[in-house]
Amino acid sequence: MSGATYVEPVPAGQIRRYTFHERVCHWASAFVYTYCLATGLAFYTPHLFWIAVLLGGAPTSRFWHPILGVMFFLVSLWMHSIWRKDMIIGSAADRGWIENIKYYVTNQDERLPPQGRFNPGQKSYYWAMFYGSVFLLLSGLVMWFPEIVPFHLAWIRRVAILIHEAAALITIGAFIVHVYMAVFLMPQGILGMLVGYAPKAWAREHHRLWYDEVTKGESGNT
Amino acid sequence: MSNGPLQIKAISGHAGPVPGRNTSRDYDVCKLVDVTTCIGCKACEVACVEWNGYPFRETTFDNTYQTMPDTEWNYYNLIRFNEHVDQDGTLSWLMRKDQCMHCADPGCLLACPADSAIVQYTNGIVDFQQEFCIGCQYCVTGCPFNIPKFNPGTKKVHKCTLCSDRVGVGLEPACIKACPTGCLHFGTKDDMKELADGRARQLREHTSHKNAGVYDPQGVGGTHVLYVLHDATNPELYGGLPRNPKIPLMVRIWKGPLKWLGSFAITAGIVTAIMHFIRYGPKLTKEETTERK
Repeated sequence: MSGATYVEPVPAGQIRRYTFHERVCHWASAFVYTYCLATGLAFYTPHLFWIAVLLGGAPTSRFWHPILGVMFFLVSLWMHSIWRKDMIIGSAADRGWIENIKYYVTNQDERLPPQGRFNPGQKSYYWAMFYGSVFLLLSGLVMWFPEIVPFHLAWIRRVAILIHEAAALITIGAFIVHVYMAVFLMPQGILGMLVGYAPKAWAREHHRLWYDEVTKGESGNT
Repeated sequence: MSNGPLQIKAISGHAGPVPGRNTSRDYDVCKLVDVTTCIGCKACEVACVEWNGYPFRETTFDNTYQTMPDTEWNYYNLIRFNEHVDQDGTLSWLMRKDQCMHCADPGCLLACPADSAIVQYTNGIVDFQQEFCIGCQYCVTGCPFNIPKFNPGTKKVHKCTLCSDRVGVGLEPACIKACPTGCLHFGTKDDMKELADGRARQLREHTSHKNAGVYDPQGVGGTHVLYVLHDATNPELYGGLPRNPKIPLMVRIWKGPLKWLGSFAITAGIVTAIMHFIRYGPKLTKEETTERK
Protein backbone atom coordinates (compact mmCIF):
# COMPACT_ATOMS: atom_id res chain seq x y z
CA MET A 1 0.00 0.00 0.00
CA SER A 2 3.13 2.17 0.16
CA GLY A 3 1.83 4.06 3.17
CA ALA A 4 -1.24 5.37 1.42
CA THR A 5 -4.50 5.13 3.34
CA TYR A 6 -6.93 2.70 1.78
CA VAL A 7 -10.23 4.42 1.13
CA GLU A 8 -13.20 2.09 0.82
CA PRO A 9 -15.13 2.79 -2.38
CA VAL A 10 -18.76 3.84 -2.14
CA PRO A 11 -21.05 2.92 -5.08
CA ALA A 12 -22.94 5.65 -6.93
CA GLY A 13 -26.01 6.95 -5.12
CA GLN A 14 -24.74 5.60 -1.80
CA ILE A 15 -23.13 7.29 1.16
CA ARG A 16 -20.51 6.06 3.64
CA ARG A 17 -22.47 5.04 6.74
CA TYR A 18 -20.02 3.01 8.85
CA THR A 19 -16.27 2.60 8.52
CA PHE A 20 -14.63 -0.81 8.43
CA HIS A 21 -13.41 -0.24 11.98
CA GLU A 22 -16.93 0.49 13.20
CA ARG A 23 -18.36 -2.55 11.45
CA VAL A 24 -15.76 -4.92 12.89
CA CYS A 25 -16.40 -3.56 16.37
CA HIS A 26 -20.17 -3.86 15.95
CA TRP A 27 -20.06 -7.46 14.73
CA ALA A 28 -17.55 -8.49 17.38
CA SER A 29 -19.92 -7.10 19.97
CA ALA A 30 -22.89 -8.77 18.27
CA PHE A 31 -21.17 -12.17 18.32
CA VAL A 32 -20.06 -12.16 21.95
CA TYR A 33 -23.34 -10.66 23.15
CA THR A 34 -25.46 -13.18 21.27
CA TYR A 35 -23.40 -16.07 22.63
CA CYS A 36 -23.77 -14.78 26.19
CA LEU A 37 -27.47 -14.18 25.58
CA ALA A 38 -28.10 -17.71 24.32
CA THR A 39 -26.10 -19.47 27.03
CA GLY A 40 -27.38 -17.08 29.69
CA LEU A 41 -30.99 -17.89 28.77
CA ALA A 42 -30.12 -21.58 29.11
CA PHE A 43 -29.00 -20.99 32.70
CA TYR A 44 -31.94 -18.67 33.31
CA THR A 45 -34.79 -21.12 32.86
CA PRO A 46 -35.00 -24.92 32.53
CA HIS A 47 -37.31 -24.43 29.53
CA LEU A 48 -34.38 -23.01 27.55
CA PHE A 49 -31.69 -25.35 28.91
CA TRP A 50 -31.68 -27.07 25.49
CA ILE A 51 -29.87 -24.05 24.06
CA ALA A 52 -26.80 -24.99 26.11
CA VAL A 53 -27.07 -28.55 24.85
CA LEU A 54 -27.16 -27.30 21.24
CA LEU A 55 -24.12 -25.13 21.88
CA GLY A 56 -21.92 -28.03 22.88
CA GLY A 57 -23.25 -28.98 26.29
CA ALA A 58 -24.00 -27.02 29.43
CA PRO A 59 -20.52 -27.39 31.02
CA THR A 60 -18.98 -26.02 27.80
CA SER A 61 -21.49 -23.18 27.75
CA ARG A 62 -20.74 -22.44 31.38
CA PHE A 63 -17.02 -22.43 30.61
CA TRP A 64 -17.24 -19.92 27.76
CA HIS A 65 -20.07 -17.69 29.02
CA PRO A 66 -17.92 -15.71 31.50
CA ILE A 67 -14.96 -15.52 29.12
CA LEU A 68 -17.06 -14.13 26.28
CA GLY A 69 -18.80 -11.96 28.86
CA VAL A 70 -15.51 -10.28 29.71
CA MET A 71 -14.88 -9.92 25.97
CA PHE A 72 -18.28 -8.24 25.61
CA PHE A 73 -17.22 -5.69 28.19
CA LEU A 74 -13.89 -5.11 26.44
CA VAL A 75 -15.62 -4.70 23.08
CA SER A 76 -18.03 -2.25 24.74
CA LEU A 77 -15.04 -0.17 25.84
CA TRP A 78 -13.67 -0.34 22.30
CA MET A 79 -17.04 0.75 20.90
CA HIS A 80 -17.17 3.51 23.50
CA SER A 81 -13.87 4.86 22.17
CA ILE A 82 -15.40 5.04 18.69
CA TRP A 83 -18.96 6.23 19.28
CA ARG A 84 -18.91 7.99 22.65
CA LYS A 85 -19.31 11.47 21.12
CA ASP A 86 -21.89 10.40 18.53
CA MET A 87 -24.08 8.96 21.26
CA ILE A 88 -24.47 12.00 23.52
CA ILE A 89 -28.19 12.74 23.98
CA GLY A 90 -29.42 16.27 24.49
CA SER A 91 -29.41 18.24 21.25
CA ALA A 92 -32.50 20.09 20.03
CA ALA A 93 -32.97 17.39 17.40
CA ASP A 94 -32.94 14.75 20.16
CA ARG A 95 -35.52 16.59 22.21
CA GLY A 96 -37.76 17.09 19.19
CA TRP A 97 -37.52 13.40 18.35
CA ILE A 98 -38.34 12.28 21.90
CA GLU A 99 -41.36 14.61 22.06
CA ASN A 100 -42.67 13.22 18.78
CA ILE A 101 -41.73 9.59 19.35
CA LYS A 102 -45.29 8.53 18.50
CA TYR A 103 -44.65 9.44 14.85
CA TYR A 104 -41.55 7.26 14.90
CA VAL A 105 -43.45 4.31 16.32
CA THR A 106 -46.26 4.71 13.79
CA ASN A 107 -43.89 5.07 10.80
CA GLN A 108 -44.68 8.73 10.12
CA ASP A 109 -41.01 9.63 10.09
CA GLU A 110 -41.57 12.66 7.85
CA ARG A 111 -43.26 14.40 10.80
CA LEU A 112 -40.08 14.11 12.93
CA PRO A 113 -37.44 16.83 13.14
CA PRO A 114 -34.26 16.16 11.08
CA GLN A 115 -31.83 13.86 12.88
CA GLY A 116 -28.06 13.63 13.24
CA ARG A 117 -26.03 10.48 12.66
CA PHE A 118 -28.00 8.59 15.30
CA ASN A 119 -31.47 9.30 16.62
CA PRO A 120 -32.19 9.24 20.39
CA GLY A 121 -33.63 5.73 20.09
CA GLN A 122 -30.34 4.42 18.74
CA LYS A 123 -28.44 6.41 21.33
CA SER A 124 -30.57 5.02 24.16
CA TYR A 125 -29.90 1.51 22.91
CA TYR A 126 -26.18 2.26 22.93
CA TRP A 127 -26.27 3.44 26.56
CA ALA A 128 -28.46 0.53 27.67
CA MET A 129 -25.88 -1.91 26.28
CA PHE A 130 -22.88 0.08 27.53
CA TYR A 131 -24.07 0.40 31.12
CA GLY A 132 -25.51 -3.10 30.88
CA SER A 133 -22.05 -4.43 30.08
CA VAL A 134 -20.59 -2.64 33.11
CA PHE A 135 -23.19 -4.06 35.53
CA LEU A 136 -23.01 -7.49 33.93
CA LEU A 137 -19.22 -7.52 34.28
CA LEU A 138 -19.18 -6.48 37.95
CA SER A 139 -21.94 -8.86 39.02
CA GLY A 140 -20.62 -11.57 36.71
CA LEU A 141 -17.17 -11.54 38.30
CA VAL A 142 -18.74 -12.26 41.70
CA MET A 143 -20.73 -15.13 40.15
CA TRP A 144 -17.66 -16.46 38.36
CA PHE A 145 -15.57 -16.57 41.54
CA PRO A 146 -18.06 -16.83 44.42
CA GLU A 147 -15.31 -18.06 46.76
CA ILE A 148 -13.67 -14.61 46.73
CA VAL A 149 -16.67 -13.41 48.78
CA PRO A 150 -16.40 -14.79 52.34
CA PHE A 151 -19.45 -16.66 53.59
CA HIS A 152 -20.45 -14.02 56.13
CA LEU A 153 -20.79 -11.62 53.17
CA ALA A 154 -22.74 -14.16 51.13
CA TRP A 155 -25.49 -11.57 50.55
CA ILE A 156 -23.10 -9.96 48.04
CA ARG A 157 -23.21 -13.13 45.92
CA ARG A 158 -26.99 -13.18 46.12
CA VAL A 159 -27.37 -9.51 45.21
CA ALA A 160 -24.89 -10.01 42.36
CA ILE A 161 -27.09 -12.70 40.82
CA LEU A 162 -30.14 -10.44 40.98
CA ILE A 163 -28.20 -7.53 39.42
CA HIS A 164 -26.82 -9.81 36.72
CA GLU A 165 -30.27 -11.07 35.88
CA ALA A 166 -31.97 -7.66 35.96
CA ALA A 167 -29.22 -6.08 33.82
CA ALA A 168 -29.41 -8.99 31.38
CA LEU A 169 -33.20 -8.61 31.07
CA ILE A 170 -32.84 -4.89 30.32
CA THR A 171 -30.29 -5.57 27.59
CA ILE A 172 -32.50 -8.35 26.20
CA GLY A 173 -35.43 -5.96 25.93
CA ALA A 174 -33.24 -3.43 24.14
CA PHE A 175 -31.76 -6.17 21.96
CA ILE A 176 -35.20 -7.34 20.82
CA VAL A 177 -36.04 -3.79 19.70
CA HIS A 178 -32.62 -3.39 18.06
CA VAL A 179 -32.81 -6.60 16.03
CA TYR A 180 -36.44 -6.03 15.09
CA MET A 181 -35.75 -2.52 13.85
CA ALA A 182 -32.51 -3.21 12.03
CA VAL A 183 -33.54 -6.48 10.39
CA PHE A 184 -37.30 -6.29 9.86
CA LEU A 185 -38.62 -2.76 10.31
CA MET A 186 -35.82 -1.11 8.32
CA PRO A 187 -33.59 -3.70 6.61
CA GLN A 188 -31.41 -0.82 5.49
CA GLY A 189 -30.07 -0.87 9.03
CA ILE A 190 -28.42 -4.28 8.95
CA LEU A 191 -27.37 -3.81 5.31
CA GLY A 192 -25.60 -0.59 6.16
CA MET A 193 -23.82 -2.29 9.04
CA LEU A 194 -22.74 -5.13 6.75
CA VAL A 195 -21.48 -3.23 3.70
CA GLY A 196 -20.82 0.13 5.33
CA TYR A 197 -22.79 2.35 2.97
CA ALA A 198 -26.44 3.33 2.57
CA PRO A 199 -28.59 4.97 -0.15
CA LYS A 200 -28.40 8.74 -0.11
CA ALA A 201 -32.18 9.02 -0.23
CA TRP A 202 -32.45 6.91 2.91
CA ALA A 203 -29.80 8.95 4.69
CA ARG A 204 -31.58 12.22 3.73
CA GLU A 205 -34.85 10.92 5.06
CA HIS A 206 -33.69 9.46 8.37
CA HIS A 207 -30.49 11.33 9.24
CA ARG A 208 -30.85 14.66 7.47
CA LEU A 209 -28.53 16.71 9.72
CA TRP A 210 -25.79 14.12 9.43
CA TYR A 211 -26.30 13.83 5.67
CA ASP A 212 -26.03 17.58 5.18
CA GLU A 213 -22.93 17.65 7.38
CA VAL A 214 -21.01 14.92 5.53
CA THR A 215 -22.02 16.06 2.05
CA LYS A 216 -21.15 19.71 2.72
CA GLY A 217 -18.98 20.95 -0.12
CA GLU A 218 -20.01 18.21 -2.48
CA SER A 219 -21.92 19.40 -5.53
CA GLY A 220 -24.88 18.00 -7.40
CA ASN A 221 -26.35 16.09 -4.51
CA THR A 222 -29.37 18.12 -3.60
CA MET B 1 -39.43 -44.39 50.78
CA SER B 2 -41.86 -46.69 52.51
CA ASN B 3 -41.24 -50.17 53.71
CA GLY B 4 -44.10 -51.34 51.49
CA PRO B 5 -42.27 -54.01 49.47
CA LEU B 6 -41.02 -55.76 52.62
CA GLN B 7 -44.32 -55.62 54.43
CA ILE B 8 -45.75 -59.09 55.11
CA LYS B 9 -48.74 -59.89 52.96
CA ALA B 10 -49.44 -63.52 53.86
CA ILE B 11 -47.97 -66.07 56.25
CA SER B 12 -48.12 -69.83 55.76
CA GLY B 13 -49.76 -71.95 58.46
CA HIS B 14 -50.62 -68.89 60.46
CA ALA B 15 -53.81 -68.67 62.49
CA GLY B 16 -55.44 -65.28 62.68
CA PRO B 17 -54.78 -62.05 60.81
CA VAL B 18 -51.43 -61.09 59.35
CA PRO B 19 -49.73 -58.81 61.86
CA GLY B 20 -48.85 -55.32 60.79
CA ARG B 21 -51.03 -55.35 57.73
CA ASN B 22 -51.76 -51.95 56.15
CA THR B 23 -49.45 -50.20 58.54
CA SER B 24 -46.91 -47.91 57.01
CA ARG B 25 -44.02 -45.95 58.31
CA ASP B 26 -42.05 -43.26 56.57
CA TYR B 27 -38.39 -44.02 56.24
CA ASP B 28 -36.91 -40.55 56.24
CA VAL B 29 -33.31 -41.26 57.10
CA CYS B 30 -31.62 -39.03 59.60
CA LYS B 31 -28.25 -38.57 61.21
CA LEU B 32 -28.12 -37.49 64.83
CA VAL B 33 -25.02 -35.72 66.12
CA ASP B 34 -24.94 -35.44 69.89
CA VAL B 35 -22.23 -32.80 70.20
CA THR B 36 -22.22 -33.24 74.00
CA THR B 37 -20.55 -36.64 73.67
CA CYS B 38 -18.22 -35.82 70.78
CA ILE B 39 -14.56 -36.10 71.83
CA GLY B 40 -13.13 -34.60 68.64
CA CYS B 41 -11.29 -37.76 67.61
CA LYS B 42 -12.00 -37.13 63.90
CA ALA B 43 -12.59 -40.80 63.17
CA CYS B 44 -15.64 -39.65 61.17
CA GLU B 45 -13.44 -37.36 59.07
CA VAL B 46 -11.12 -40.22 58.21
CA ALA B 47 -13.95 -42.66 57.56
CA CYS B 48 -15.58 -40.14 55.20
CA VAL B 49 -12.42 -39.54 53.20
CA GLU B 50 -11.71 -43.26 53.11
CA TRP B 51 -15.18 -44.33 51.98
CA ASN B 52 -15.35 -41.64 49.30
CA GLY B 53 -11.91 -42.64 48.03
CA TYR B 54 -10.17 -39.28 48.34
CA PRO B 55 -6.54 -38.80 49.34
CA PHE B 56 -6.13 -37.09 52.69
CA ARG B 57 -5.83 -33.36 52.10
CA GLU B 58 -3.07 -31.19 53.38
CA THR B 59 -4.11 -29.85 56.77
CA THR B 60 -3.97 -26.25 57.95
CA PHE B 61 -2.73 -25.42 61.43
CA ASP B 62 -4.37 -22.34 62.91
CA ASN B 63 -3.71 -22.90 66.62
CA THR B 64 -6.72 -25.15 67.06
CA TYR B 65 -7.33 -28.85 66.72
CA GLN B 66 -9.43 -28.25 63.61
CA THR B 67 -8.10 -30.09 60.57
CA MET B 68 -8.66 -27.19 58.16
CA PRO B 69 -10.64 -23.94 58.11
CA ASP B 70 -13.58 -25.27 56.12
CA THR B 71 -14.99 -28.35 54.47
CA GLU B 72 -13.60 -28.90 50.99
CA TRP B 73 -14.77 -30.51 47.77
CA ASN B 74 -13.00 -33.75 48.76
CA TYR B 75 -13.41 -33.30 52.52
CA TYR B 76 -17.13 -33.39 53.25
CA ASN B 77 -16.95 -33.81 56.98
CA LEU B 78 -15.12 -31.56 59.43
CA ILE B 79 -15.14 -31.31 63.22
CA ARG B 80 -15.24 -27.64 64.15
CA PHE B 81 -13.43 -26.84 67.40
CA ASN B 82 -14.53 -23.76 69.30
CA GLU B 83 -13.47 -22.54 72.71
CA HIS B 84 -16.16 -20.68 74.57
CA VAL B 85 -15.90 -18.94 77.94
CA ASP B 86 -19.19 -18.90 79.76
CA GLN B 87 -20.49 -15.94 81.77
CA ASP B 88 -19.37 -17.66 84.99
CA GLY B 89 -15.84 -18.07 83.61
CA THR B 90 -15.96 -21.77 82.82
CA LEU B 91 -14.39 -22.84 79.58
CA SER B 92 -16.25 -25.13 77.24
CA TRP B 93 -14.59 -26.78 74.33
CA LEU B 94 -17.28 -27.17 71.72
CA MET B 95 -16.86 -29.70 68.93
CA ARG B 96 -19.35 -29.94 66.12
CA LYS B 97 -19.32 -32.32 63.20
CA ASP B 98 -20.02 -30.08 60.22
CA GLN B 99 -21.39 -31.54 56.99
CA CYS B 100 -24.36 -31.19 54.66
CA MET B 101 -27.57 -30.88 56.66
CA HIS B 102 -29.77 -32.48 53.96
CA CYS B 103 -32.50 -29.82 54.25
CA ALA B 104 -36.08 -30.80 53.55
CA ASP B 105 -36.27 -27.53 51.56
CA PRO B 106 -32.81 -27.43 49.94
CA GLY B 107 -31.54 -24.06 48.74
CA CYS B 108 -28.91 -25.70 46.52
CA LEU B 109 -31.57 -27.60 44.61
CA LEU B 110 -33.71 -24.48 44.14
CA ALA B 111 -30.74 -22.48 42.84
CA CYS B 112 -29.35 -25.16 40.48
CA PRO B 113 -30.04 -24.53 36.75
CA ALA B 114 -28.74 -27.88 35.46
CA ASP B 115 -31.22 -30.62 34.69
CA SER B 116 -30.74 -33.50 37.20
CA ALA B 117 -27.55 -32.18 38.78
CA ILE B 118 -29.15 -32.20 42.24
CA VAL B 119 -31.73 -34.75 43.37
CA GLN B 120 -33.64 -35.11 46.58
CA TYR B 121 -34.66 -38.65 47.44
CA THR B 122 -37.89 -39.40 49.26
CA ASN B 123 -35.79 -40.62 52.18
CA GLY B 124 -34.53 -37.06 52.58
CA ILE B 125 -31.04 -37.38 51.12
CA VAL B 126 -30.04 -34.44 48.89
CA ASP B 127 -27.43 -35.69 46.46
CA PHE B 128 -25.28 -34.04 43.78
CA GLN B 129 -24.83 -35.89 40.50
CA GLN B 130 -21.53 -34.60 39.18
CA GLU B 131 -22.08 -35.98 35.67
CA PHE B 132 -24.87 -33.40 35.20
CA CYS B 133 -23.16 -30.58 37.11
CA ILE B 134 -22.18 -27.62 34.89
CA GLY B 135 -19.96 -25.95 37.48
CA CYS B 136 -21.92 -22.69 37.79
CA GLN B 137 -21.79 -22.75 41.62
CA TYR B 138 -25.33 -21.39 41.99
CA CYS B 139 -25.75 -24.06 44.71
CA VAL B 140 -22.95 -22.36 46.65
CA THR B 141 -25.05 -19.19 46.61
CA GLY B 142 -28.28 -21.01 47.46
CA CYS B 143 -26.97 -22.93 50.49
CA PRO B 144 -27.51 -21.27 53.91
CA PHE B 145 -24.88 -23.55 55.51
CA ASN B 146 -21.90 -22.93 53.17
CA ILE B 147 -21.63 -26.61 52.27
CA PRO B 148 -21.21 -27.15 48.48
CA LYS B 149 -17.57 -26.85 47.44
CA PHE B 150 -16.15 -26.40 43.96
CA ASN B 151 -13.39 -28.53 42.47
CA PRO B 152 -11.57 -26.12 40.15
CA GLY B 153 -9.89 -29.01 38.34
CA THR B 154 -13.01 -30.83 37.18
CA LYS B 155 -15.33 -27.79 37.52
CA LYS B 156 -17.82 -29.86 39.51
CA VAL B 157 -19.32 -29.19 42.93
CA HIS B 158 -19.24 -31.79 45.69
CA LYS B 159 -20.67 -32.24 49.17
CA CYS B 160 -21.66 -34.90 51.70
CA THR B 161 -23.94 -37.51 50.10
CA LEU B 162 -25.13 -38.85 53.46
CA CYS B 163 -23.48 -41.95 51.99
CA SER B 164 -26.43 -42.46 49.64
CA ASP B 165 -24.45 -45.33 48.10
CA ARG B 166 -24.27 -47.08 51.48
CA VAL B 167 -27.76 -46.16 52.68
CA GLY B 168 -29.20 -47.46 49.42
CA VAL B 169 -27.98 -50.95 50.25
CA GLY B 170 -29.01 -50.86 53.88
CA LEU B 171 -25.79 -49.69 55.49
CA GLU B 172 -25.31 -46.72 57.79
CA PRO B 173 -23.15 -43.78 56.62
CA ALA B 174 -19.38 -44.25 57.00
CA CYS B 175 -19.05 -41.56 59.69
CA ILE B 176 -21.66 -43.29 61.87
CA LYS B 177 -19.80 -46.59 61.62
CA ALA B 178 -16.53 -44.99 62.71
CA CYS B 179 -17.76 -43.05 65.75
CA PRO B 180 -16.30 -44.58 68.95
CA THR B 181 -18.37 -42.71 71.53
CA GLY B 182 -21.85 -43.28 70.21
CA CYS B 183 -22.29 -39.57 69.65
CA LEU B 184 -23.42 -40.33 66.09
CA HIS B 185 -26.68 -42.15 65.46
CA PHE B 186 -28.48 -43.06 62.28
CA GLY B 187 -32.08 -44.09 61.72
CA THR B 188 -35.44 -42.72 60.74
CA LYS B 189 -36.14 -39.08 61.34
CA ASP B 190 -38.88 -39.93 63.85
CA ASP B 191 -36.61 -42.20 65.83
CA MET B 192 -33.70 -39.78 65.80
CA LYS B 193 -35.94 -36.93 66.82
CA GLU B 194 -37.21 -38.97 69.76
CA LEU B 195 -33.68 -39.97 70.76
CA ALA B 196 -32.50 -36.37 70.47
CA ASP B 197 -35.40 -35.00 72.50
CA GLY B 198 -34.74 -37.58 75.21
CA ARG B 199 -31.05 -36.74 75.37
CA ALA B 200 -31.77 -32.99 75.50
CA ARG B 201 -34.27 -33.55 78.31
CA GLN B 202 -31.70 -35.64 80.18
CA LEU B 203 -29.14 -32.83 79.82
CA ARG B 204 -31.59 -30.22 81.05
CA GLU B 205 -32.76 -32.26 84.01
CA HIS B 206 -29.55 -33.90 85.15
CA THR B 207 -26.73 -31.53 84.17
CA SER B 208 -26.04 -27.81 84.32
CA HIS B 209 -26.90 -27.43 80.61
CA LYS B 210 -30.31 -25.92 81.21
CA ASN B 211 -30.53 -24.61 77.64
CA ALA B 212 -29.80 -27.96 76.03
CA GLY B 213 -31.94 -28.64 73.00
CA VAL B 214 -32.26 -30.10 69.52
CA TYR B 215 -31.26 -28.26 66.36
CA ASP B 216 -33.73 -29.04 63.59
CA PRO B 217 -34.19 -25.67 61.84
CA GLN B 218 -37.69 -25.20 60.49
CA GLY B 219 -36.69 -22.35 58.19
CA VAL B 220 -35.41 -24.96 55.74
CA GLY B 221 -38.26 -27.38 56.48
CA GLY B 222 -36.22 -29.31 59.03
CA THR B 223 -32.99 -31.14 58.30
CA HIS B 224 -31.96 -34.75 57.97
CA VAL B 225 -29.04 -34.11 60.27
CA LEU B 226 -30.00 -33.24 63.85
CA TYR B 227 -27.76 -31.79 66.54
CA VAL B 228 -28.14 -32.05 70.28
CA LEU B 229 -26.53 -28.86 71.61
CA HIS B 230 -25.60 -27.99 75.21
CA ASP B 231 -26.92 -24.53 74.49
CA ALA B 232 -29.54 -24.59 71.78
CA THR B 233 -30.19 -20.89 72.27
CA ASN B 234 -26.74 -20.04 70.88
CA PRO B 235 -26.07 -22.26 67.88
CA GLU B 236 -23.60 -19.69 66.53
CA LEU B 237 -21.11 -20.76 69.21
CA TYR B 238 -20.64 -24.07 67.40
CA GLY B 239 -18.53 -22.80 64.55
CA GLY B 240 -21.18 -20.49 63.16
CA LEU B 241 -24.22 -22.74 62.99
CA PRO B 242 -26.91 -20.33 61.73
CA ARG B 243 -29.66 -19.58 64.23
CA ASN B 244 -32.46 -19.52 61.71
CA PRO B 245 -31.23 -20.74 58.33
CA LYS B 246 -33.52 -20.08 55.39
CA ILE B 247 -33.22 -20.18 51.64
CA PRO B 248 -32.03 -16.60 51.03
CA LEU B 249 -34.80 -14.19 50.00
CA MET B 250 -32.69 -13.05 47.04
CA VAL B 251 -32.54 -16.62 45.79
CA ARG B 252 -36.31 -16.96 46.17
CA ILE B 253 -36.90 -13.73 44.19
CA TRP B 254 -34.39 -14.81 41.56
CA LYS B 255 -35.92 -18.25 41.12
CA GLY B 256 -39.51 -17.08 41.58
CA PRO B 257 -40.98 -13.73 40.47
CA LEU B 258 -37.94 -12.55 38.51
CA LYS B 259 -37.95 -15.69 36.39
CA TRP B 260 -41.66 -15.50 35.60
CA LEU B 261 -41.68 -11.73 35.03
CA GLY B 262 -38.57 -11.92 32.86
CA SER B 263 -39.88 -14.78 30.75
CA PHE B 264 -43.17 -12.93 30.33
CA ALA B 265 -41.41 -9.69 29.39
CA ILE B 266 -39.19 -11.37 26.79
CA THR B 267 -42.16 -13.14 25.24
CA ALA B 268 -44.24 -9.96 25.30
CA GLY B 269 -41.39 -8.02 23.68
CA ILE B 270 -41.15 -10.46 20.78
CA VAL B 271 -44.93 -10.57 20.34
CA THR B 272 -45.10 -6.76 20.40
CA ALA B 273 -42.42 -6.53 17.69
CA ILE B 274 -44.33 -8.96 15.47
CA MET B 275 -47.63 -7.12 16.07
CA HIS B 276 -45.96 -3.80 15.29
CA PHE B 277 -44.71 -5.14 11.99
CA ILE B 278 -48.14 -6.51 11.09
CA ARG B 279 -49.81 -3.20 12.00
CA TYR B 280 -47.30 -0.66 10.58
CA GLY B 281 -45.06 -2.65 8.27
CA PRO B 282 -41.51 -1.71 7.28
CA LYS B 283 -40.22 1.85 7.15
CA LEU B 284 -39.79 2.38 3.42
CA THR B 285 -37.74 5.23 2.06
CA LYS B 286 -40.53 7.47 0.81
CA GLU B 287 -38.24 10.02 -0.80
CA GLU B 288 -36.87 7.43 -3.23
CA THR B 289 -40.11 7.18 -5.17
CA THR B 290 -40.54 10.94 -5.53
CA GLU B 291 -36.88 11.81 -6.02
CA ARG B 292 -36.01 13.86 -9.07
CA LYS B 293 -33.51 12.04 -11.19
